[in-house]
Amino acid sequence: MITRRVQYEVVKRAVAPIVTNFETWQKRTKRLLKGKKSKPPFGPPLESVQKLKSLMTRHYLEGRYADGAVPVAWVTSGFPVEILRAMGFHTVYPENHAALCGVQRLVPDLSSAAEEAGYSRSLCSYARTDIGSVLTGNTPVGRLPKPDILACCTNICQTVLYWYRSLANEFGVPLVLIDTPFVYRKMRQHDASYVGDQIKELIAAAEKVTGKRFSTEKLVEVLSLSTESTRLWGECLEASRSKPAPWTGIDGFFHIAPIVTMRGSHACNAYYRHLRDELQHRAKNGIGGIVKEKHRLLWDNLPIWFGVRDLSNQLAQNDFNIVVTTYTNAWAEAGRRMDPKRPYESINEAYTRVLLNENLEARLELMSRLCKEYSVDGVLLHSDRSCKPYSVGQVDIKDQLAKKLGVKVLLLEADHNDPRAFAQEQASNRLQAFMESFE
Amino acid sequence: MSELSAIGVDVGSTSWKAVVIDSTGTIRESLVMATHPVIDKQTREGLEKLCQMANITKKLPIGATGYGRKKVEATRALTEITCHARGAASLAGKEGTLIDIGGQDTKVIRFAKDGKVEDFAMNDKCAAGTGRFLEVLLNRLQVPYDEVTEMVAQTDRAVPVSSTCTVFAESEVISLVSEGESVPAILNGVHHSLAFRVSSLLGRQGQDRQLFMSGGVALNEAMAAMLTRSLEKSVMVLPQPQLVGALGAALSVL
Repeated sequence: MITRRVQYEVVKRAVAPIVTNFETWQKRTKRLLKGKKSKPPFGPPLESVQKLKSLMTRHYLEGRYADGAVPVAWVTSGFPVEILRAMGFHTVYPENHAALCGVQRLVPDLSSAAEEAGYSRSLCSYARTDIGSVLTGNTPVGRLPKPDILACCTNICQTVLYWYRSLANEFGVPLVLIDTPFVYRKMRQHDASYVGDQIKELIAAAEKVTGKRFSTEKLVEVLSLSTESTRLWGECLEASRSKPAPWTGIDGFFHIAPIVTMRGSHACNAYYRHLRDELQHRAKNGIGGIVKEKHRLLWDNLPIWFGVRDLSNQLAQNDFNIVVTTYTNAWAEAGRRMDPKRPYESINEAYTRVLLNENLEARLELMSRLCKEYSVDGVLLHSDRSCKPYSVGQVDIKDQLAKKLGVKVLLLEADHNDPRAFAQEQASNRLQAFMESFE
Repeated sequence: MSELSAIGVDVGSTSWKAVVIDSTGTIRESLVMATHPVIDKQTREGLEKLCQMANITKKLPIGATGYGRKKVEATRALTEITCHARGAASLAGKEGTLIDIGGQDTKVIRFAKDGKVEDFAMNDKCAAGTGRFLEVLLNRLQVPYDEVTEMVAQTDRAVPVSSTCTVFAESEVISLVSEGESVPAILNGVHHSLAFRVSSLLGRQGQDRQLFMSGGVALNEAMAAMLTRSLEKSVMVLPQPQLVGALGAALSVL
């Protein structure tokens, strides 16, 4: 334990910064030699990209040495992580890791391994990717630390429960569940009590794993940081209300990683302060994510991780930019409900009232608001084969948005992580026809 | 007579179609061939032949569409959705909803009077409900395409073909034949199945508009009749339905 802890601290404080700083220095030198130029149809690249890469490399590098040194939790993206963070857990986000596998096109192999083990191909492709990675040990990040606890919140879907049960079985570690009742119009008192009781159970389970007493003072400290993380992330997104938007929605999909995996940490906030300043500077000076922004789009649902580059190119070549996405915006919305003065109540509300746990009316209201705030003239609804809770209701959303706001809407069938469930030619043809309809 | 003004080429998954239009947008000459895998060569030769047929001596602008449009040396290339809307609006002379059943996909396009696309829906990543579906099953039943209409008219009885997957439907048809079902009744069932797919795709898009039909499958009168019956709304087959996309492509460069 002590040796492992020393190893972890050395990596965290010395090795990771050296490695990432060296990588940054190498890339900066290369860029200086080549010259910092925009590659039309895209605007000049974001300076923050290097910082993002360093931050995430460091996060996963530290993770390699975390188990045995500090308590490790594997958590779902919508889990009230502040409780675990306040107890010193290193957190691993299988969804973020699966997305990383998706971008690197590793999913068919990993998913096949899960399918061979008996998991259905109809399961979420994040779940199949992650389970495949656990079964084979293959990961693009070198190694994921073994969890001491699995922490799952059903505010994003019910699949996570069964997915994490499988992981609990695989690792032989406890699973804690926060089951959030679906919110129809407003959160009822007994909804809050139900979630509140589970938060108490979570604290008890975390105390048992760490052998430490939980401190509300520490929670308030983490929650303050988390509130700031989400506020800063919101400000980054809001920079795209400017015309042209200083970055693309696809950029946003990548820059979401710290808010998902590291919210409530100083490193996360420092990064988003830097990104926000850069975006605001670009917006002020009319520097766009794409050179010629003629049409502005809203994207609904998760990204098509393995196909974002093609999508990005096709949109930009036709002078279209995704300026806002319900997916990236979800992490900015949550922060508005967090309040360090009411730590338990506000965590309860913030994590129960997330986008996918509220009814269609709330989603439609949100999308209508975003369309107006970001001056959007078209909407892309990604009908995601792997994410049913996000995709259900999109046909009605399409009709309503077109009727109420007069925007053009396209329903694009794909999958967030599995290229085998995606027809590239058909999808790109539909997108092209959609863009032609703006002429 | 108006001067010949533009050429439109529609390279579909099954057929290669080209038209020459005059300055009023009227089709003056056309050519239809089965699509060859080497599209650029076929297009060069096809256009040469078309120019000879129409006595074209000068260079005309070319609009291209269809899945093979990128392989055509064209003045402008647009998707078949945009081109079908333009072609249909020009032939219909008003707004409407077009059902285009092509070889590889089935499209429902809601178009404005000026030919702009207002909305569209297409079949998923599957051949169910497309011309290919019909082609495979006709092959299996050994019924030539030009005899389909007559054969479907022979009976009112339709044997249900429940599978919407082309491959499974083929197995289903084999079983039905071996059980002694009559070919006209099976064929009727196949048309029912296709009409069902199209009506679910049509959804709410065609409720308030005149319905039109294009694509190679529209040449089969039984299909249009079946759609009219199943949708309880008249479906008007556009003249020269296979050429609607190529016409739209030509109009885009006029």
